[in-house]
Amino acid sequence: MGIGVTIGALSPATEKSPEAEAQAAASAEGRRAARRRAIESVAIPLGAIAAALVVFGIFVALTGRNALAVYHEMYRGSFGTWFSFQNTLQRAAPIMLTALATAIPLRLGLVVLGGEGAMVLGGLAAAAIGIHLHSPFSVKLAMFVTGALVGGLWSAGAGALRAYRGVNETISTLLLNYIAIALLNHLVEGPLRDPASLNKPSTFPIGDDNMLGNLPGLDVHWGLGFGLIACLIAWFLMQRTTFGFSARMVGGNVRAALLNGLPVRRLIVVATFVGGLGAGLAGAVEVAAIHGNANAALVTGYGYTGVLVAFIAHANPLGVIPVALLLGGIGASGGLLQRVFELPDATVNVLQGVIFIAILFSDSLCGRRWRRLPARAVTE
Amino acid sequence: MSAAGGVALGMVGGAIRISTPFLFVSLGECLTEKSGRINLGLEGTLVMGAMAAYGVSYLTNSPWLGVLAAGACGVVFGALHAWLCARPRVNDIAVGIALMLFGVGLAFFLGKPLVGPTAPHLPAVSLGWWSGSAPVRSALRVNALFVLGLVTTVAVRFLLRRTRWGLILRTVGESADTARAMGYDVARVRLLATMAGGFLAGVGGSFLSLFYPGSWNEGLSSGQGLMAVALVIFARWDPVRCLWASLLFGAASALGPALQSVGVTSGYYLFNAAPYALTLLIIVLTSSRDRALVGQPAELQVAR
Repeated sequence: MGIGVTIGALSPATEKSPEAEAQAAASAEGRRAARRRAIESVAIPLGAIAAALVVFGIFVALTGRNALAVYHEMYRGSFGTWFSFQNTLQRAAPIMLTALATAIPLRLGLVVLGGEGAMVLGGLAAAAIGIHLHSPFSVKLAMFVTGALVGGLWSAGAGALRAYRGVNETISTLLLNYIAIALLNHLVEGPLRDPASLNKPSTFPIGDDNMLGNLPGLDVHWGLGFGLIACLIAWFLMQRTTFGFSARMVGGNVRAALLNGLPVRRLIVVATFVGGLGAGLAGAVEVAAIHGNANAALVTGYGYTGVLVAFIAHANPLGVIPVALLLGGIGASGGLLQRVFELPDATVNVLQGVIFIAILFSDSLCGRRWRRLPARAVTE
Repeated sequence: MSAAGGVALGMVGGAIRISTPFLFVSLGECLTEKSGRINLGLEGTLVMGAMAAYGVSYLTNSPWLGVLAAGACGVVFGALHAWLCARPRVNDIAVGIALMLFGVGLAFFLGKPLVGPTAPHLPAVSLGWWSGSAPVRSALRVNALFVLGLVTTVAVRFLLRRTRWGLILRTVGESADTARAMGYDVARVRLLATMAGGFLAGVGGSFLSLFYPGSWNEGLSSGQGLMAVALVIFARWDPVRCLWASLLFGAASALGPALQSVGVTSGYYLFNAAPYALTLLIIVLTSSRDRALVGQPAELQVAR
């Protein structure tokens, strides 16, 4: 009754205005919150990277070197010249692809570390195809398709173990990485070994016909194109398709997803498969564009760098591109730092570690949730 | 000696020699996980510990000071991990990966000048004095740290099961809300548990550089720190089972070299993967999609 009186008393004089005002206030509030989130999502990671650079600069200064000079050389060695920029692009390509192996499952709340193993086996499979067949286009295509599929299946194995046996995916992918590397070593030492490779056991070369060429007008191989396209496809898949929506819903709240009848188990397997496709392709690219055969050089650590990239990019496939470029650039400058300042080659790893820690810490400063997975994904 | 005997001896020797770092790292991880937090960064701690131990042992000529330095490094890394994880919205698995990359990178950076020189090693006693055969004697050489590891195993078990601290630690690991309601500072308990776990992992690292393989280089660790998490699941969060698991891992790691020593060289690399395949197999067999693992602290997210 009290309520009715209030409404009756208010309604003639103010008409719809309280509601409208409230609505306007709410939408302004919403806009402000959205703007704040947008600014936060760019400013906080950038601030974290800046803070990491300061911390690393102090570290470098403590070793008795001029931090500004080191940063200047790093810039020259990564983005400063056309030559070094192309080197950066070339390094960023596999990182973009391996990052997808972690980024896509991360959207479902799964922490997958299996990029390294999927990449190694993808490269091995591509080499196995390329060794025996020679027919420029179709074999090339077969190499990349097989490499990607092998990586995808390897990764999906961990996804299936998680979905149907409850095996923790972080642990299983870690173990599978070691098993994949052992398989690579076994095969290049034994059944697939080229007797001519003495000190560095390798498979037979895939031959010049099967090598991956450069992008038109650039000194950068096609892997970069693959990486960019894969990130764009992954973004489309996660943001604009039913699969992506379902996957993000699983990441947001598994119970809600189950109650809505989503096939959570199948989504887990598919997401790990799709992610593994990227890492497998990265291995195939490394073989077809750089090494020309499969050997222990495939174990690059790009898989673990990819984990780093996926987390820094907050599992956003578009965010993966700039972050991969940044980390590729840091990696590319490593050689120059060694030559000019006699810094150990692990310098770039220290910087990467500092950046990763700073980024994780900065997440606690944001106004949004980021615990096991991006809940942001649901509210978007 | 028969070939089978040679392989068995190699594996026993391996169990004693290779298991020690596994034992320390898994005990440390067990302690941390009992408080309801997972530290995936122990690989970084282990490698830092190996570097620090070698450096200090080289500079002071005292391997035991090296072991202490390794433990101290572990404490610092543990504290950093716990502090980061206590921030809101920070994922402990991601922090672990970050500290792993950072720790390994830092150890390689700081350890560059240590690649050449030789540092004094930890002492070892041979339990094979009764045997006339050299392989038996060398297989039964027991390092002081291994003995210390056995003592630590019992001590950690006693701490967890029979002391007030252990009870508080387990309460925090089973239900943080309950612990909070009882007036305990959850973040503080986890901080201490992670620091203690880091100490043990650092000591485990010192074994690598100061006894076996016994020098500092960048290929020193074969992922013992990463394996800790898997080992603890395997051992069902029980210190004594951590010991059995570590011995089994040591034996499995020695399978490849043992077979090679009796002339079986094919499949050497596949046998090297034996510990990883074995762990995966056991975890797959014992997991279930419907229930949590037996013995798992309820607050722990990774093994969910």
